[in-house]
Amino acid sequence: MLEVAVQRRQGDFALDVAFAAGGGVTALFGPSGSGKTSVVEMVAGLARPDGGRIVVEGRVLFDGAAGIDLAPEARRLGYVFQEGRLFPHLSVRGNLDFGRKRVPPAERHLGFDDVVGVLGIESLLDRRPNRLSGGEKQRVAIGRALLASPRILLMDEPLAALDAPRKAELLPFVAGVARRFGIPILYVSHSMDEVLQLADTLVLMESGRVAAVGGVEQLLSDPSLKALTGRGEAGAVVAAHVAGHDDSTGITRLAFAGGTLMVARQDLAVGAATRVRIHARDIAIAVDRPERISVRNILSATVKDVTSGEDHVVDVVLDCGGCSLWAQITAHGQAQLGLRPGMRVHALIKAMTVARGDVAGR
Amino acid sequence: MPFLTPVESEAIRLSLLVSCWAVAGSLPLGLGCAWLLARRQFPGKLLIDGIIHLPLVLPPVVVGYALLVLLGRRGPLGAALYDWFGITVAFTWKGAAIASAVIAFPLMVRSIRLSLEGVDRRLEQAARTLGCGPLETFFTVTLPLILPGVLTGTVLAFARSLSEFGATITFVSSIPGETRTLPLALYTLTQVPGGDAAAFRLCVISVVLAFAALLIAEWLARRVAARLGS
Repeated sequence: MLEVAVQRRQGDFALDVAFAAGGGVTALFGPSGSGKTSVVEMVAGLARPDGGRIVVEGRVLFDGAAGIDLAPEARRLGYVFQEGRLFPHLSVRGNLDFGRKRVPPAERHLGFDDVVGVLGIESLLDRRPNRLSGGEKQRVAIGRALLASPRILLMDEPLAALDAPRKAELLPFVAGVARRFGIPILYVSHSMDEVLQLADTLVLMESGRVAAVGGVEQLLSDPSLKALTGRGEAGAVVAAHVAGHDDSTGITRLAFAGGTLMVARQDLAVGAATRVRIHARDIAIAVDRPERISVRNILSATVKDVTSGEDHVVDVVLDCGGCSLWAQITAHGQAQLGLRPGMRVHALIKAMTVARGDVAGR
Repeated sequence: MPFLTPVESEAIRLSLLVSCWAVAGSLPLGLGCAWLLARRQFPGKLLIDGIIHLPLVLPPVVVGYALLVLLGRRGPLGAALYDWFGITVAFTWKGAAIASAVIAFPLMVRSIRLSLEGVDRRLEQAARTLGCGPLETFFTVTLPLILPGVLTGTVLAFARSLSEFGATITFVSSIPGETRTLPLALYTLTQVPGGDAAAFRLCVISVVLAFAALLIAEWLARRVAARLGS
């Protein structure tokens, strides 16, 4: 459990952030300059808030009013930096041991071999950091932070410095760490892809403030937050699990609260939890059930809300078995259909993306 | 050594003794001063910086004379040293080491300070988050990273100590077997008739010593660089 309530002025920029996060992965998401890194640095003790309170697992790390401000070395947090920051004068093993040997043996709750195994860095132990690739460096940095037996892991855009293939290679490791070791993670990101694959809780930040806190599915499916969650990526996210595969037609069936979705064959085990992102522009709405149509995913839904947006676009929120779906149609279309809250309709889903891998924390 | 005259080996022994002590004694202080200048802001910093660098620009004779006034048996510091610890530095090899240390100090501080300013402070932050206190971070992260600079500073200071003349002869005079280091022995020989051949031998010895120091420094620097992987 992490509770943060901090204020700080840096020149013209005022930071005033308050949120609480439970177990699993909490993503701090927002544009650059929104103060995400400052928040993480304050939690780690590398930056000092003007006032407020930071509590991790019941332990007060900072309390402006009570005059408590623990030194970074006394906070017992793991920090994975954007650029790795491995010690160049030590081998990989020396780096991994750096935090570990400063923890009393009785308090080391993660095994060296365990961590090294999950991160796949056994063969790198005797190398120097300058002989590692970017992805390998970050895996070692994650291992180094974990082996210090932290109460919470702070990750500040650990994938940002990597190219796309390396990112894809490292993401499963991060997800694995969250699942395997059960350590809460505060994950800073400005990539919606990473948030979708990793996060349980989402903290949306904008110019030094928290704009919204909530579950990933809930916040990403809320049209009123679309300016923050990314305009081009506007769409709903639903939690689903793999119901089965049909190899003859190359289809995987995903069950979610509102029914079943059919997607191209996924490399996931039956029963695996996953997340599906459906872009608002990929949903069409039909008042009558269409016959003889190529779209395979047609769900019955109820209109929850209709809002006219800019550029003759109308946002329609649909309720589909308790899940919110979000469609964008033209004002012209709305004029023809006359959608209003409470109406029974059919949602035609033309495309969707499956966040790969088992989603952490459920 | 068989090919050296007793005067020569005595001068070499004294030179090495004085330079080693000068460098060893000023290294911890040099590290401290370099750290203060590189990392801390405090009132009077410019003044401290100036005082440390003064021996670099003053005539060494001035430094030697100042030391004599301060540390001579009747000087304010010298008298205290003698009364409390029974130590005399004026006209002894210890005084020669002090004179060399003062003259060489700015070279050492400059090079350590430069490398300290080049250290990626984010690595120190990383160490802190891994449970390492400030002092421990200095010794386990900062010091290994600035080792090349410390090495360069030490060698520069050592070489400067070997060649020290003005401050030494003013402060501790040129006493055979006590303060007559290589440059002083060389100077003495140039002052007597017929000393040319012996003076030339000492010149060659000086060049060989200085060159050896440089070679050892280069070899050490390469080893350290290889360890740091740069």
